[in-house]
Amino acid sequence: MELNINGSRHEIDVEPDTPLLWVLRDTLGMTGTKYGCGLAQCGACTVLVDGYATRTCVTPVESVVGSEITTIEAIEEDPVGKKVVEAWVDNQVPQCGYCQSGQVMAATSLLKENASPSEEDIAAAMINLCRCGTYNAISKAVRQAAEA
Amino acid sequence: MKVLDHIGAPHSNNSAGRPLNVSRRGFLAGSMSALVLTVALPVGSGQAIAQAAQGTPGSRIDAYLEILSDSTVKFRSAFVEGGQGIYTAMAQIVGEELDVDPVNFQVETAPPGPDYLLIGGQMRFTGGSMSVRTSYDAMRKLGATARQMLLQAASVRLGVPVEELSTEPGQVIHTVTGQSIPYGDLAEAAADLPVPETVELRSNDSFRWIGKPQDRLDVRDKSTGRAQYAIDLTLEDMLFGAVQHAPRLGQEPGDVANEADVAAMPGVHSIHKLPGAMAVLADSWWRARMAVEKLEVSWNEAPAGTLHAMPADFSSEGRKEMLKATPGEGIAFETEGDAAAALASSARVIEAAYDAPYLAHGQLEPPSALVRFNDDGSLEMWVPNQAPEMFQGDAAKVAGISTDKVIIHSPMLGGFFGRHFLYQTANPYPQAIMLSRASGRPVKLLWSREEEFLRDPVRPIGTVRFRAGIGEDGLPVAFDAVAVGEGPTGRWYGRQPGKVDSSSVEGIAGKPYAIANRRVGQIHVDDPAIIGFWRSVGHSMNDFFYETFFDEMADAGEQDPYELRLKLLEKSPRHKTLLEAVGDLSGGWKRGPFEAEDGTRRARGVAMASPFGSEVATIAEVSLKDGEVVVHDIWVAIDPGSIVNPAIIEAQVNSAVALGLSSALLEEVVYTDGMPEARNYDMYPILPPERMPRVHVRIAESGAPMGGIGEPGLPGVPPAVVNALAVLTGERIRSLPLSKYDFSGANG
Repeated sequence: MELNINGSRHEIDVEPDTPLLWVLRDTLGMTGTKYGCGLAQCGACTVLVDGYATRTCVTPVESVVGSEITTIEAIEEDPVGKKVVEAWVDNQVPQCGYCQSGQVMAATSLLKENASPSEEDIAAAMINLCRCGTYNAISKAVRQAAEA
Repeated sequence: MKVLDHIGAPHSNNSAGRPLNVSRRGFLAGSMSALVLTVALPVGSGQAIAQAAQGTPGSRIDAYLEILSDSTVKFRSAFVEGGQGIYTAMAQIVGEELDVDPVNFQVETAPPGPDYLLIGGQMRFTGGSMSVRTSYDAMRKLGATARQMLLQAASVRLGVPVEELSTEPGQVIHTVTGQSIPYGDLAEAAADLPVPETVELRSNDSFRWIGKPQDRLDVRDKSTGRAQYAIDLTLEDMLFGAVQHAPRLGQEPGDVANEADVAAMPGVHSIHKLPGAMAVLADSWWRARMAVEKLEVSWNEAPAGTLHAMPADFSSEGRKEMLKATPGEGIAFETEGDAAAALASSARVIEAAYDAPYLAHGQLEPPSALVRFNDDGSLEMWVPNQAPEMFQGDAAKVAGISTDKVIIHSPMLGGFFGRHFLYQTANPYPQAIMLSRASGRPVKLLWSREEEFLRDPVRPIGTVRFRAGIGEDGLPVAFDAVAVGEGPTGRWYGRQPGKVDSSSVEGIAGKPYAIANRRVGQIHVDDPAIIGFWRSVGHSMNDFFYETFFDEMADAGEQDPYELRLKLLEKSPRHKTLLEAVGDLSGGWKRGPFEAEDGTRRARGVAMASPFGSEVATIAEVSLKDGEVVVHDIWVAIDPGSIVNPAIIEAQVNSAVALGLSSALLEEVVYTDGMPEARNYDMYPILPPERMPRVHVRIAESGAPMGGIGEPGLPGVPPAVVNALAVLTGERIRSLPLSKYDFSGANG
């Protein structure tokens, strides 16, 4: 199988139903994308597939052949992603930081689709779990990124 | 391919496949690669030996810091970073005295060693909200001492008296001649100088970084996926390990029906029987997991008398009922006056029984262990941990080698909340050590979320019986509490017979209110579950019990609960001031019910707590929607005595509010047939973003001895919310979580 990740092509040889998460982390060594639950409950594993936030722990790798995959490793190369990262730093969002790759990807996906999201839009898109409870800082950072 | 018998006895043959370097981002990555200059004691000098022998932890400079040639600082923190911001706090404290901007610090967690035993000079762990308050003085002195040595070195270099020299961040200045020397150019010379016996510390009013909202050092890496956790580390030639735990603790693996089928699955290296678990090693974790979960294992019941074996008929509901029905007054922990006599003569006596459930930690990074045996016989481990020396000692026992042969690395933690202490049966590294030994390869073992829920050391279940006597004037005159259960401190650090483990009563005892006659007793009943420390420990439930019962006392005496607290704190100015502060922060106390601008019917509740050396006052504003509790705002006034970083305090209070609210609203580990029912977040919901309230924080610095920050924001939240709820519903909730109830019938 050939995957297009962050603009580069990667030839991989795994079972076709292997979740994309484990191909990224263990086959390709791109560990910025995190494993939290394996059930699409928490969102720590979120990447962009053709621009949309996708939970990779339940995404069979064969289903994304031919798609453009963007991971946290390349997020600053995306102009929207760069704005989101800067807003995350400005607002000092992360605590333990473990969920934040997924949060940044979810925010980037939202702002790519909707440059001026309402509070409701933000609430509807930013649904990843954070055990440190950084939710208020996250929504503030998303608002700031939208205005940047 | 082989299936091994129970691995447990270590053997020495591990010569195969020596690994090389860890592909971990090292301390020096991205910084000066060449010269590492150390501000060190001269090795072998009599002075150094004497200093080492005296061994005051926190005093030996080269154990903690190196000044690199570019004048930046590499610092070894005695405490592990897990989101609480300790790396940044250490850089602020040391940088303030050393005169180096905290942004020029690179911090990592120190290896095991006597230099880092900063808690009482005897222990090291990252917990109990202890880190800053136990190390503040020593770390300031450390930074000031290093600065003094740099000044001395500059004095020699420039041939001027040291009194003519001063420092600016990262350099020594000679104002008279306008000369300056960067620290990086002085570090080597400074290392050869004697360590000054006394140094002057900066005056508090000249602080540049302590007390200021310094940005965290790790935020950019954590916003770009570059921060590395234990789960992200790899070793050359390593195998990936996954386990299937026995469903009930104490069971052991017996026959495996489909061993050959599983062994033939792609990538599988070997199948192993471990104590209480089956394991598969494979060339990827996903393959290891698929294989191990396919194993059809017959689990044998534990032989009678097996330590920590979970009874097959155990249930959390049964445990709760048993604790509630356990009679007696228990061992007295706190007494004042004569509660029994005062109760007997009270105009009115009220009684109530409360309980709170087992809780899971639910930290988002699942536990893992990366281990390798090195050619020299040492064992190297990268493990999430809150106590490196304790893990080192235990790993040595598991591996059958001496403690000094165990090298422990402590990566950043993807949340901890008490999860990563040394807990029997709850840490993955013993399994990883056995698997690495058996395979002769480095092993990265990761517990799936489901296996983690099966072995997480839970916050204990707790119950308490209260009685209070209310006088003719409506004020409480007698208070009696009997807590029944077990606390985690006694479980893991030794419970003395006949004495109460303070972690089972903290938050019921130690309250500041002036009630003349009080007794707090405790009945110890062994908990069959593996219990652990959970953010704010006993306070996490006991302040809920006490502070909601306080409102029951207020109601019984027809007192406003806020005003009654103020009245009972008249002789405790620190608490009274703090309570007034949170009232002010919330725009003035109003209990309600009242109608909000959006037309919802709301009420407020208040609670106080005295956890971990700090004082906290909390107010919550609550409404009901579709039978569910909605928490709109939480106001927290916190007095930790004195502070290092107000921005981190605000973040920690937000975090503690989230976890406290999560526990109040949603969380409960339910055991049936000796097994936890929930195995993932679908069955064990944690606070989602849409239920996060606004959080308003006011920091009060009373000047009292420095208290903790990581945990104290939590305990006031459940009682403040439940007290507000009682105003809305007219009924008292005495058992958590609130998701057990449907409030549709209430006039919300």
